[in-house]
Amino acid sequence: MAVNIVKEKWTSKVGEVVLGTENTVTMGGESTLPFLHFEGAIPHRPVMALEVWDMEPAEWPEPVKEPFAGVMSDPVAWAKKNVEYGADIIALRLQSANPDFEDTTPEKCAETAKAVAEAVNVPLIILGCGAEEKDAEILPVVGEALSGKNCLIGPATENNYKTLTATCLVHGHSIIASSPLDINLAKQLNILITEMNLPADKIVIDPLVGALGYGIEYCYSIMERSRLGALMGDKMLSMPIFCNVGQEAWKAKEAKAEDMPEWGEQKKRAVLWEVITSSAMAQSGGSLFILRHPESVKQLKVHFDKLMQSNEY
Amino acid sequence: MILIGERINGMFTDIRDAILSKDPGPIKMHAQKQYEAGARYLDVNTGPTVDPKEQPEVMEWLVKVTQEDCPLPCCIDSTNPKAIEAGLAVHKGKAMINSTTADQFKMDLYIPLAAKYNAAIIGLTMNDKGVPKSAADRVALAMEIVVNCDMNGVPTDDLFLDPLMLPCNVAQEHGVEVLETLRQVKTLADPAPKTTMGLSNSSQGCANRHLINRTFLIMSMACGLDSAIADVYDTQMVEEVAAARVLMNQDIYCDSFVKTYLQR
Repeated sequence: MAVNIVKEKWTSKVGEVVLGTENTVTMGGESTLPFLHFEGAIPHRPVMALEVWDMEPAEWPEPVKEPFAGVMSDPVAWAKKNVEYGADIIALRLQSANPDFEDTTPEKCAETAKAVAEAVNVPLIILGCGAEEKDAEILPVVGEALSGKNCLIGPATENNYKTLTATCLVHGHSIIASSPLDINLAKQLNILITEMNLPADKIVIDPLVGALGYGIEYCYSIMERSRLGALMGDKMLSMPIFCNVGQEAWKAKEAKAEDMPEWGEQKKRAVLWEVITSSAMAQSGGSLFILRHPESVKQLKVHFDKLMQSNEY
Repeated sequence: MILIGERINGMFTDIRDAILSKDPGPIKMHAQKQYEAGARYLDVNTGPTVDPKEQPEVMEWLVKVTQEDCPLPCCIDSTNPKAIEAGLAVHKGKAMINSTTADQFKMDLYIPLAAKYNAAIIGLTMNDKGVPKSAADRVALAMEIVVNCDMNGVPTDDLFLDPLMLPCNVAQEHGVEVLETLRQVKTLADPAPKTTMGLSNSSQGCANRHLINRTFLIMSMACGLDSAIADVYDTQMVEEVAAARVLMNQDIYCDSFVKTYLQR
């Protein structure tokens, strides 16, 4: 008897978000669960961004500083290096603006962002400093300086989304809608943002993922559930999912610990932590990965390219 | 829950007058208003005052006018197969035929029409002997309709079985049988048949009709009701449906759950 291949029929799909102007990058558009090419369309490989800071990140472990020796005090040079390393996108983190660090002014942030944007020919993600109030001050000014460059800006939270949405609307950027691992809050924030007339294809969902060993199962379930919602027609959960893996993976003690020979060589294990976390997130529906180590980009590219080969039958 | 707006029906005097005077105004108004109120299909029925010979032509006009400015599909409601086909022929999108019974001669008329026009179809669990009393007898008739759909190539999930609720003041014993029928018909085929109900039937001639309708709708949803022909102007009912969908894990909760249900 012939085997009858059971295929799920979904009624909807994930929306597409396009970043950049000339060398654009597109994510989303899937009409089935991740990499099930035999069931639906998986039009785009997961996208990888490498992080650049506007100040030297003192607490980064040695193995992730090493590839950037000599450029970490110069965001423009660092960004160029990231492009060389194969990043699809540059994620510029304006960490120095945090009041606990250098409390950099919005104008200075805008200057840095503009210099980076002019130096590279890939799309740009602008990440705030992690302090909601300060982000609401700097991101509008940065967004204006990058007007028309179709960047991705955030994170927008329920406390500062109004300012950030207005910036994206006026200057043609997309927004990172961030909520703490809670599908209900994620959906509500997307509704609030679209109610301000920013279209759904200008939003990515940031569920604030955790790393392997630090709540990854919970992230996986939340992401999977929102993907299922998208495929079943829930338009307010149909946005591509943003995974800030680098900052989580390199915070893990498995990545940071230096004197643990029984855990294997630090560099190898730390990179693996970033790679394994990302590949798990890709299987649950992640579309955009913020990474720190160029070796992770290299390994994940091989992995994702393999996953993008059709398994249609 | 697919709410099918019941308002474009010649039994209502404003619609009857609009049909008689060929005035599209009231029809378009109710199409738009029901759409905004949460309807996802619009029932269209010429009503009994139109001469059977004119019904096909009137149905064609009614479907065209209803869909002219409103994006919703129609549930083409008539006892006249010629009127149903006239409506199907001009319909945009996936129509629904309202309805066939489990009588073989009726299934032979309507189910091939559903196949021809790729329409969904409502199947009433009754035949020339009337509406059965027990759930078991209703389910037996439902099975007849499922088999006939399958033979004609109509997917079982395009079939909306209506277990036929009767007014609760005169046929009180039917309520529990209807609920049991809703549960059982889901097991008749894979994919499972869909279910529907003429909700206002449940309260015909009763006091406090909206309360009865709303209550029975939510009870029925819990037993497997997928759609209902209903008065969508009852905003409390629509809001209760939105809440029930969340409680049944059919929609992912968010604080604006009523609004998102209306906007889908």
